[in-house]
Amino acid sequence: MNNKENESNNTSSERRELLKSLATVPALAAFLIAFWQKWRRDALKKTNLLSNLVQEKVAPAVVSDVSNSKHLNLGIIGYGGRGHHLVRGAGFAHLGWTESAAENARKNKLDKAFATYMSQEDLNCSLVGVCDLFDVRAEEGIEASKNETRPGSKPVQTATRYHHYKELLANDDIDAVIIATPDHWHAQIVIDAAKAGKHVYCEKGLTRTFDEAINVYDAVKKTGITFQLGHQNRQVEANEKAKQIIDQGLLGPINLVELTTNRNSPWGAWVWDIHPEGNARTIDWDTFQEQAPNKIPFGEEALKRFFRWRCWFDYGTGLSGDLFSHDFDALNQIMEIGIPKYASSTGGIYFFKDGRDVPDVWNATLEYPDKDLTVLYSATLSSNNSRGNRIMGHDATMQMGGQSNAGSVSGFVVTADSESTQYKDRLESGIINPQYPIYTYTPGSKQIDGVTSATSRYFANKGLLYTYREGKRVDPTHLHIKDWLEAIRSNGQPKCNIEMAIHEAVSCHMATESYLQGRRIEWDPVNRKLI
Amino acid sequence: MNYSQYQLVSLTVLRVLIGWHFLYEGISKLISPYWSSAAYLLDSKWLLSGVATTIVSNPTLLSFSDYINMWGLTAVGALLMLGLFSRYATVAGLVLVLLYYFFAPPFTGLEYSKPAEGSYLIVNKNLIEACALWVLFMFPSSDIIGLDRFFKEQINKGDEHE
Repeated sequence: MNNKENESNNTSSERRELLKSLATVPALAAFLIAFWQKWRRDALKKTNLLSNLVQEKVAPAVVSDVSNSKHLNLGIIGYGGRGHHLVRGAGFAHLGWTESAAENARKNKLDKAFATYMSQEDLNCSLVGVCDLFDVRAEEGIEASKNETRPGSKPVQTATRYHHYKELLANDDIDAVIIATPDHWHAQIVIDAAKAGKHVYCEKGLTRTFDEAINVYDAVKKTGITFQLGHQNRQVEANEKAKQIIDQGLLGPINLVELTTNRNSPWGAWVWDIHPEGNARTIDWDTFQEQAPNKIPFGEEALKRFFRWRCWFDYGTGLSGDLFSHDFDALNQIMEIGIPKYASSTGGIYFFKDGRDVPDVWNATLEYPDKDLTVLYSATLSSNNSRGNRIMGHDATMQMGGQSNAGSVSGFVVTADSESTQYKDRLESGIINPQYPIYTYTPGSKQIDGVTSATSRYFANKGLLYTYREGKRVDPTHLHIKDWLEAIRSNGQPKCNIEMAIHEAVSCHMATESYLQGRRIEWDPVNRKLI
Repeated sequence: MNYSQYQLVSLTVLRVLIGWHFLYEGISKLISPYWSSAAYLLDSKWLLSGVATTIVSNPTLLSFSDYINMWGLTAVGALLMLGLFSRYATVAGLVLVLLYYFFAPPFTGLEYSKPAEGSYLIVNKNLIEACALWVLFMFPSSDIIGLDRFFKEQINKGDEHE
């Protein structure tokens, strides 16, 4: 009896022991049930918001083998700030740049510019000709062609300096030229290069005037050269993703698009440093202004105009060709809008009253009656209140860059409209909340970028500095040069070919002409004229 | 230790709740393909900001940091809830929370790009959670309520058999 009692006491004490040991296990079970419910609910949301809506496509692959391809000899005409970047995209940075980029990377571990450059693909080309009207820049170009700090193998050849672009074009060893002169020289050089049978990469804006744009178009079509316009946004992954989403109709009918530029610094307003070595001996001023409608003798004013040419209509078109052209081309890439029927624009010189004649606040409207679409562009050079670009659909809005850039470069968010027809059921059932994005694109979200200055952040937000391929940071300028070289080799079409270029040029010139003439401009596609 | 029943329940509830918090913090990071400790580290201020920059700029260190956070939080959470190896779990949890505190302390003069969800002056929820873990360490309960009791029993039984 006692034994039995002891046994039963032991058993119940063991049971008690076990219960005390396992007392908190139900809490873990409760956690797992709660987690499972939440996970299922979130998964359901994701299914409804993402998989059903966005058919994800794989990003274009970045790596291709060019080692067996034809070696191409390049010439650069205009080795200024942009010329430096373009030639670097081809794999030739001058010593000053590689040294300071390496130093910046040492000082700031988050600065990846040097690492990004050194991991560029070797494009199997040589820089053999450099033409610049400023001796210092020309020498830097020669130096770049020799710099052994570069992605891939050591340079094969050293570049020759040419004082005039026609001498460079006369060199039969040169296959292709990069044109990064001020805009007023683009047309003549592109036409001469095309006649000389050179393939052309031309920096944006295509030309200084509308007539020049038509002439360039005809010359490129007639000669059949491979032409690329310098809108590197064509290589930006975010724009490809945005296009996929819009092509699938996820935004519904789109009647209004708002494109914006905000800058707020002298640099952002093109008040660039006048090089201390710039003088009558080092600068060929006469050749510089040969294509400009108004000419002035060399002096202090000429120096300003040489280094800050974007501030005058004699050499460019100000905000229109310099910044609006980027946003227009990105939108043309995403929505294939083409040339508008009407354009009007207004603005003024309201902040930088420094002798310039291009406006620093400028707003343009492009009308597409056949597409039921209005495109607004609004720019100021005296406020950094970054607004980003907005594509507004009946069912959802896509905000790119600006303040809703998901905390990362060149991202975008899509938010459903509270009065959407397409999402009505989902809005009513609470699966979609118009307060929160239904799609967020954050490129390289697991990567960290040390984008430092406000201006570089501006470009980065627009996707003009870095893009991502398979999560790896790449300079879109490099991809754009590569795209052009591949098109030359395969006799194909690069992404911003002459058809895209003429859309950009005519649209921008319509808006510029409206500002200059103070009236609405109409496009006559049959006679290729502005009315 | 001898606790009254109410003391024991209080300590166990505290342990389970902290465990729950850790476990979900860990799992939510594990299941998110986009989570990285980089954002937190990049906003680091005060003494450890240099260490944070070093971690963020080195992909190996960053993935190590991500791994420690995701799996560390999950393991500490589960162990605290079950009352298993609670002493070690408590210390590990304490270290993690103190790191969060010291990488971004709410001291006067330190501005963070992401605003806090409440108002904090020197003391924030991380510091309080660290303090609560310290209390759990000083007043262990898992060998009374928890799997540690089971293992202690097994060891004791083993001792008896010898």
